[in-house]
Amino acid sequence: MLTPEQIETKLDRILLKVQKPGRYVGGELNSIQKDWAQVQIKVALVFPDIYDIGISNVGLKILYDQINQREDALAERAYAPWLDMEALMREHEIPLYALESKHPLRDFDLIGFTLPYETLYTNALNILDLAGIPVRATERDATHPIIIAGGHSATNPEPMHAFIDAFVVGEGEDVIHDILNALQRVKGQAATFERKTLLLELAKIPGVYVPQFYETTYLDDGTVEKTEPTITGVPKVVTKRISAHLPPAPTKFIVPNIEVIHNRVSVEIMRGCTRGCRFCQAGMITRPIRERSIEEVVDAADAAVRASGFEELALMSLSSSDYTYIKELVEAISKRFEGRKLSISLPSLRIESVSVDLMEMLKNHRTPGFTLAPEAASERMRRIINKFIPDEDIINTTREIYRRGWTTIKLYFMIGHPSETLEDVQAIVDLCKRVVEEGRKVAGWKVKLNAGVSTFVPKPQTPFQWVACDTKENILEKQALLKRQLMKDKNIKLSWSKPEDTLLEAWLSRGDRRMSDVIYTAWKNGAKFDAWDEAKKQEAWLPAFAEHGLDPAFYTHRQRRTDEVFPWEHITAAVRKSYLFQDFRQSLEGKIRVDCRLNCYACGILPTFANLRREHPGEGWKCPEVKSPMKSAAHLQIPVVSGAENG
Amino acid sequence: MRARIVFTKQGALRYTGHLDLHRLWERAMRRAELPLAYSQGFHPQPKISLASALPLGFSSRAEVLDVRFTDEISTEKIAAQLRDNLPKDIQIKNVDVIDERAPALQTQVLSATYDVHLTEQVNGADLNKKVEALMMSESLPRERRGKSYDLRPLIEMLSVVTQPDGKVWLRMTLAARNGATGRPDEVLVALDLEPESARVERTRLIFQSN
Repeated sequence: MLTPEQIETKLDRILLKVQKPGRYVGGELNSIQKDWAQVQIKVALVFPDIYDIGISNVGLKILYDQINQREDALAERAYAPWLDMEALMREHEIPLYALESKHPLRDFDLIGFTLPYETLYTNALNILDLAGIPVRATERDATHPIIIAGGHSATNPEPMHAFIDAFVVGEGEDVIHDILNALQRVKGQAATFERKTLLLELAKIPGVYVPQFYETTYLDDGTVEKTEPTITGVPKVVTKRISAHLPPAPTKFIVPNIEVIHNRVSVEIMRGCTRGCRFCQAGMITRPIRERSIEEVVDAADAAVRASGFEELALMSLSSSDYTYIKELVEAISKRFEGRKLSISLPSLRIESVSVDLMEMLKNHRTPGFTLAPEAASERMRRIINKFIPDEDIINTTREIYRRGWTTIKLYFMIGHPSETLEDVQAIVDLCKRVVEEGRKVAGWKVKLNAGVSTFVPKPQTPFQWVACDTKENILEKQALLKRQLMKDKNIKLSWSKPEDTLLEAWLSRGDRRMSDVIYTAWKNGAKFDAWDEAKKQEAWLPAFAEHGLDPAFYTHRQRRTDEVFPWEHITAAVRKSYLFQDFRQSLEGKIRVDCRLNCYACGILPTFANLRREHPGEGWKCPEVKSPMKSAAHLQIPVVSGAENG
Repeated sequence: MRARIVFTKQGALRYTGHLDLHRLWERAMRRAELPLAYSQGFHPQPKISLASALPLGFSSRAEVLDVRFTDEISTEKIAAQLRDNLPKDIQIKNVDVIDERAPALQTQVLSATYDVHLTEQVNGADLNKKVEALMMSESLPRERRGKSYDLRPLIEMLSVVTQPDGKVWLRMTLAARNGATGRPDEVLVALDLEPESARVERTRLIFQSN
């Protein structure tokens, strides 16, 4: 392996040949470089997309801080090099390195990937390969780093099971310390240790899933029979980890020395969502809802803006206008930042909770624009997906936004639920036209509408996990209708997802263990950057399925049996399968379930985390309080095995 | 008030371009809580101007910028407050107060000096001969972005420096006026040297003395 000095020398010869070389050199304000020789545990945190995107990821930032606060550990960063850089790195035999110390990733003890979306899977393989680390977990030995992955895609880790040593299910803030402590323990006991010893230690940590200790068997029809541990001492079902209280928000954001996508401070104001939209995986898997106090958010925002010099503050959550005291929060921020140039953005808003007062306040803060997500436009579809926002609410809200001088509104819709008809799609067209017409009445011809129409993917751990994807023909027909009718108006900009991209996302998110071979072969055939039109290799996928005797339609275009065992059955986000199924049935009947803050539907979060809730009563959580006394000593800890509840 | 700041740009910052550097300074001033002045209008721009764009990949010991503040502050305070708010590869060398009415910084740059470290083995004597021949020539017609120009008058000084350890450097002063800027890598090419194997550092910007 090359030394950091050798890598730097080689870099100097190639960096001027690539676009944006500043992506590959580090040296940013607030990045942390510890003395390599003085620290026992070295962690490389990897966002497997380009620097420009990865640098703003708040999840990795939290882990970066958590690890670097420890005296015994350091955390550095790496991102996926863009195509030009990758080619030169391979040509000049430069292994992928971490930005802070320029040590090759191979020198680290642990590599932690975040996999927030499935189109990063091939990039993760590519990064391991660029780092000179065997891509398959079983081919690694004691000299290789342990490869860990977390993020939303850990709710179905199976397609990546062959490449990742251990998945973290749920929130990483606490579990990262358990993992580092385990590493410290095993390293401290012997200079050389078996990789398996360490993996076994990791598998005992609540929320950690080590796939190689489990085995899946299949039925004759190709569906999963069961996935079970092959050894004792590991849980039958891995339950996600959560933090009872959101830990202090990061305030020392790394300030890139080049322009990136989001130049802003992000403060998470709450985690989880209580709306229960049936298509939304994030809304199902990030429960319970936990809010930060106004004071905490304002102090964190202030500290972070001071430490970064950024000119934009994003108040992050799945549905920021649902934050209980959103008005008071924006007021408090206005007051604290009075006279300082700062724009406030609320990236995800719930239409009915965006009040006129809130708009008035945001008007003074150069809020870039509004993005609202009605998702569906017909009453029938709104009932099916459990996002029931009447047209009048949408029209009123958008009209008031236009009236206050914002000229462009983004509306997000989703097509492709299998029960959707062309009339439902026509309703999207009609609604968009009405939004613009009503906007023109108050703001004239300058009003613009960006309509983003994505295609539904039935995600694991949601009530729609039983549902099939829409056929390519249907999707194309629906998109043709949208294009025909919406692209005539030059003030409406329509964007949509390509059906083949949607299929890829569906295969990767719904796959079982056999998908690992498909991913491997597709990557070998050149697939990477699957979300990038200029880099992806769509044609690599179908031959990869064929090579392994698998039918892609089996994963995407098949309504699941009600008693089907899912590939992700042994992983739970603590929302019970029985609850999801009940909610799926309600969707078929067009029944709405309103905000669960108003009425608890017993999704499974409270029984799983009853003790945490009991220990943390009050307003921080939006679930009902648990008043019953603790039942037994066995309940004192977060349940390691809660599989009995899942079914 | 108007202040002139001399600073270094080293290490990773060599790969931060002119526009990004501008933004970096704006954020640094904000972090340092200095009263940066902005232009009027719908998109207010910070009143920061950099003397001369440094090509990507070059380091510098003496970049220069002018900045306007809405309040009077001492130069010591400016330096002290900026010091903790800059990435490690930028260091403040000097801060001066400048007459508000002094001409724009960019119009005052005449030339720049560079040290070029050659990382590959070079024979000093051979290089000396080439340098002499180059300096003796009357003109060096070249092309840049499809336009022909003469490199020779842009080279004001060029010499070979051999270090005690045998390493060979080039030291040069090139014109850096608006529309007449010499680039060290073009000089290297004229000497049959590979620009890729050279580390270039700008050592000084020379301004009109008035």
